[in-house]
Amino acid sequence: MNLYKWPYKNEFGEEEIVQSDVLVLGGGLAGCYAAIAAARRGKSVVLVEKGATERSGSAGSGFDHWESACTNPCSQVTAQEIAEAYVNEQDGYSNGIGHYIECQEGYDRLLDMESFGGKIRDTEGEFKGAEFRDDETGLMFAYDYKNRFTLRVWGSTFKPALYRELKRLKVRIYDRTEATALMTETVNGRKRGTGATGMNVRTGKFLIFQAKETVLAMSRPARVWLFNPDLTGLCEFRPMQSIGSGHAMGYRSGVAFTMMEKSVKAEFSSAGRSFPPYGTGNNHNTWYAATMVDARGVEIPYVNRDGEELKTVSERYYPAPGQKFFLKGGVIDEPKYEYRGPETLPFDELMRRGYQLPFYADLSRMPEMERKVIWGVMVGEEGKTKIPILKNYTERGFDPQKHMLQSYGNGWQSASFLPQERQLFGAPGGILTDWDLRTNLEGVYAAGDQLYAADCCGFACATGYYAGRKAAQASEHAAFGEIDRAFCEREKQRLYAPVQREDGMSWKELNMAIAKAMQNYCGGVKCEDLLKEGLDLLLHYQNDAVPQLCAANPHELMRTHEVLDILTVSIMILQACLMRKSSSAPLCFERSDYPQMDPPENDHFITISLDDAGNVVRGDVPMGFFGDLKTEYERHNQDYINGEPDRVDRG
Amino acid sequence: MKKEMYAFVVPCSARPLVFDESRCVGCNRCAEVCQVDILIPNPEKGRPPVVLYPGECYYCGSCVMACRQEGAIRLQHPLMNQAKFVPVRHAADAGEEKPLPAEKRRG
Repeated sequence: MNLYKWPYKNEFGEEEIVQSDVLVLGGGLAGCYAAIAAARRGKSVVLVEKGATERSGSAGSGFDHWESACTNPCSQVTAQEIAEAYVNEQDGYSNGIGHYIECQEGYDRLLDMESFGGKIRDTEGEFKGAEFRDDETGLMFAYDYKNRFTLRVWGSTFKPALYRELKRLKVRIYDRTEATALMTETVNGRKRGTGATGMNVRTGKFLIFQAKETVLAMSRPARVWLFNPDLTGLCEFRPMQSIGSGHAMGYRSGVAFTMMEKSVKAEFSSAGRSFPPYGTGNNHNTWYAATMVDARGVEIPYVNRDGEELKTVSERYYPAPGQKFFLKGGVIDEPKYEYRGPETLPFDELMRRGYQLPFYADLSRMPEMERKVIWGVMVGEEGKTKIPILKNYTERGFDPQKHMLQSYGNGWQSASFLPQERQLFGAPGGILTDWDLRTNLEGVYAAGDQLYAADCCGFACATGYYAGRKAAQASEHAAFGEIDRAFCEREKQRLYAPVQREDGMSWKELNMAIAKAMQNYCGGVKCEDLLKEGLDLLLHYQNDAVPQLCAANPHELMRTHEVLDILTVSIMILQACLMRKSSSAPLCFERSDYPQMDPPENDHFITISLDDAGNVVRGDVPMGFFGDLKTEYERHNQDYINGEPDRVDRG
Repeated sequence: MKKEMYAFVVPCSARPLVFDESRCVGCNRCAEVCQVDILIPNPEKGRPPVVLYPGECYYCGSCVMACRQEGAIRLQHPLMNQAKFVPVRHAADAGEEKPLPAEKRRG
């Protein structure tokens, strides 16, 4: 039997109004921490999550390392050093505010996590005596063992722990509910957020979330260039349902974004071009610093930033002579000399020296503790690895003491993509905020992957909590806005239209068309005419294809709404690309009609937003607009520094 | 708007989830935790959920982690994504010359 009656209630046309001081959109790490921060201040909090908060978000099934915990007791670096390094590393196209918050408050969030029941240290002494373990605290470090600011963590325990804490704090969780639009009102010429609309993705019920303050904590966009109608869930790195709806609804409501012209050649799409992340032999990120060998079993040398060959495994985890610290992990790809850590020889050099493909990761040659921590903790706790990789490979007979795992292609992505196959990856564009993580709209905050140049779970947790506490504080001086009935009716019509059609186009056909258009018109090399043709085509899709979309049930309707959001984001990306009339190395942005790289007059943030009439508005924001990071952070956070006096719930 | 709604199984080239009917008790924990909501409860109580949208699986494993019946549900990558592994191999075993003055290590 292949046809089933829809198992959930039919609530199309029904409506529920929900009020809260603070509304959090998105139940990933950032959203959970935002909700916790606000609830700790005694505010009524509503959390809206399209999936199930227990495991939702990019880190829902786990994550293995927490970057930039500079205030942990073993750290040899300061928040200022690492935050400034991240900004410098990305030539200023970085989120200094978010990074400083991550570096300064990240470890506090880890301690929170431990108090909720998440595992952040080796409590059983499994790794006692290991070089990466501090035997006094049980904390375990990754990458730079001298400076000890990145922690290995048991991330698969985190989301269930957060979920329990949210319930304990009586946060009202609306799971299986997609947020669809921000509600706003304009009073005395100032636009402010008044909440959001949503739809239950199992029943179709329409929800109006009225709130004094709203935190956008949803995902970054995806499925913009990459789409596979067969294995849709595998065509991007992040979860299938994380496609940037927060960006789309923010853009439609006038929220300002920056760096939306940045995209990189794809790194992951295991629907075809690549293998599942962390599931092949490699020596990056989760797998750092695995021993790599060539087809004959000849070991591939690691070198430091000066090209000096490293003799021992241990040396792979220490800065070079004269180097204070090195950066590795999330957004760090090919770092500047100043921050460059140990690495295997470049692929071209290996070919020149006669190394033979395929390469393998051979953990059997590593000291026992290093082997056990890569295969068992890192692979295991990193998202999407515990079951499909650690468990399944083990069942297939893989033994890290006896087997070596193959690499594919020539890089750690184990993939080879074309220049037009792109992703928003490596600190992509997003929402621009002030030091309160408030957007240009009063009453609307942003956190985690919705922020521009965001990265890593620590960043998500720290900025989430920060946005939540700022929103909670602001809610004390705010009142509920009026519900704009006309807006809600229009939104309801927009949402329900596809399910009211008996026949028409599926969401997959439109997503496929958008992805092909973006590859054709917004690929590796861009120019004015090409981008304009692309925009014209997407506007044609909006006018002519969208009215044909059809969905049979709330699930298909949710997917259809996602593609409408992907279309909005794609249009925003083309418009942002048109604005930057020069090429840029840090933004991975190449224009054939403006080939000059980063000319001084363009070396700054360009913002994009829509005005009330729907016109695209450009803004120009100087590099380093966030000021001196430490000074500004301290100026804005005396309350936090003094122990959060406004906290009501102290766990 | 109150019309009867239906769902079809939308097949794909892979089979991400396989249930062992002899172990599954049909508690639907997996369907509750699935982020992409690809499962629906089986119309017959006590039987494994129905995988309506296998192509939307992103292979996170949350369903298996949530399952209380060991072995009732199996998640597997598509065949093309099952990476290859081989017994460890050392240059000396193959009688090959090393191209570099890299240190020689065994075991």
